[in-house]
Amino acid sequence: MGASHGHHLHFHGHSPVHHLPAHTKIVALVTFVLVVVATPRQHAWAFAVYAVLLLGVVGLAGLPFGHIARRMVVEVPFVVFAALLPFVASGPRVPVGPLSLSEPGLWASWALLAKGTLGVLASLTLAATTEPRDLLAGLERLRLPQQLVQIFGFMVRYLEVVTGELTRMRIARESRGFQARSVRSWPALASTVGALFIRSYERGERIHLAMLSRGYTGRLPVTHTLTASSAQWRLAAALPTAALVTLAVAVAL
Amino acid sequence: MSDPVLDVRGLAYAYPDGHQALYGVNLHVHRGERVALLGPNGAGKTTLVLHLNGILTAGAGSVAVSGLPVAKENLQEVRRRVGVVFQDPDDQLFMPSVRADVEFGPANLGLRGAELERRVVDALDRVGMVDFIDRPPHHLSFGQRRRVAVATVLAMEPEVLVLDEPSSNLDPASRRELADIIRSLDVTVLMVTHDLPYAYELCPRSVVLSDGVVVADGTTRDVLTDDALMAAHRLELPFGFDPRTIPAP
Repeated sequence: MGASHGHHLHFHGHSPVHHLPAHTKIVALVTFVLVVVATPRQHAWAFAVYAVLLLGVVGLAGLPFGHIARRMVVEVPFVVFAALLPFVASGPRVPVGPLSLSEPGLWASWALLAKGTLGVLASLTLAATTEPRDLLAGLERLRLPQQLVQIFGFMVRYLEVVTGELTRMRIARESRGFQARSVRSWPALASTVGALFIRSYERGERIHLAMLSRGYTGRLPVTHTLTASSAQWRLAAALPTAALVTLAVAVAL
Repeated sequence: MSDPVLDVRGLAYAYPDGHQALYGVNLHVHRGERVALLGPNGAGKTTLVLHLNGILTAGAGSVAVSGLPVAKENLQEVRRRVGVVFQDPDDQLFMPSVRADVEFGPANLGLRGAELERRVVDALDRVGMVDFIDRPPHHLSFGQRRRVAVATVLAMEPEVLVLDEPSSNLDPASRRELADIIRSLDVTVLMVTHDLPYAYELCPRSVVLSDGVVVADGTTRDVLTDDALMAAHRLELPFGFDPRTIPAP
């Protein structure tokens, strides 16, 4: 349980991408994704340029291909949806091999795939090069409301505690011969979830007491403010700027 | 004579659901003392602890910390003076790094910059955890987390340290390491525990709370060797442990 160090999305490293302050990377990610989403889908080559730029960042960060590829699986539901679109969409149809597919559906499918994949890849790159707690500090620096930052912070901190509890409850269940085979086992699973909810709720109350005991008054004290030099901002801006130039060229042509 | 660090007089408390937990508790702890608070489950020990730093408000009676009454207008200062270390370190350590967690208390007191850093490093040094300052708490062992939990409170430079079951769930080595730390601290300690050998080892004085009242207050040796008292309040020594055969530490 305590053996894995760092979050499973994070890939430890010392590249220039890793060393950038979190808030510059968040701004870069959001700008890059906005540019990608704003690109008209018929400019296929622009998406290719985006992909090359992004893979350049992945390479610069020294992230192994397998690490990223395995985590891209999160995109699968969108891929399935995108694959269905040409079959179910209406509009003029074009023959592709033995199939007759919807032309608008094909375009929508392509746009979804291209923009989705780039977005997921960019997000994974951020997650792989930034520790969760640095991400939080970055979001706080970007003036995300304190309540949201606190909620994210507690989630990061207690995810392992709660999953640990869930695992222990599962082991205790199975040690008494329980196997989730059919619908009849659902009541047991439901009461596990219920018990976990009560326990987490009670833990929340105990944490609140512990916070009050150390003088908590409703705001987390800000002790360190993230700063970024202009050189760091320029480095972080390289990717979205290149993407923006690509978009401008694509639209102008 | 100076005010006692903890001065609890006639404290009574009933929970909102009507369950009365404390019926007139009197307790005085003086500077530099290490006192064990003993008692069976449900005796009201935790309820008493939550009154010491004003989490719960007395139904009747009073609590004062070094002469300062525990009342709404003094809460922040009371919570600085009384450092409570809760039983489950996962409740106490809620920030993403050890440093942020130890900073939390003193930062709430308004400290920043070099003074804050000094407090944090100093507190972690006293529990031997400085090397872990940038680690996330959930990657530490249970014993290490308990020590960091103690540091989070030490960083507030409290006048009295209240430990709730400090030895629970610790392996014998961690238990002994924590005892060494507690002994090394120059601070008044009130220790809530079921671990009677631990109380005997660390606390010259013991107070027994049972059914919401203090039923005994004396040297730990006298309390633990009073068989009638022990039996009447569901206190039992572990197998093979006889304080009569062990010289008081």
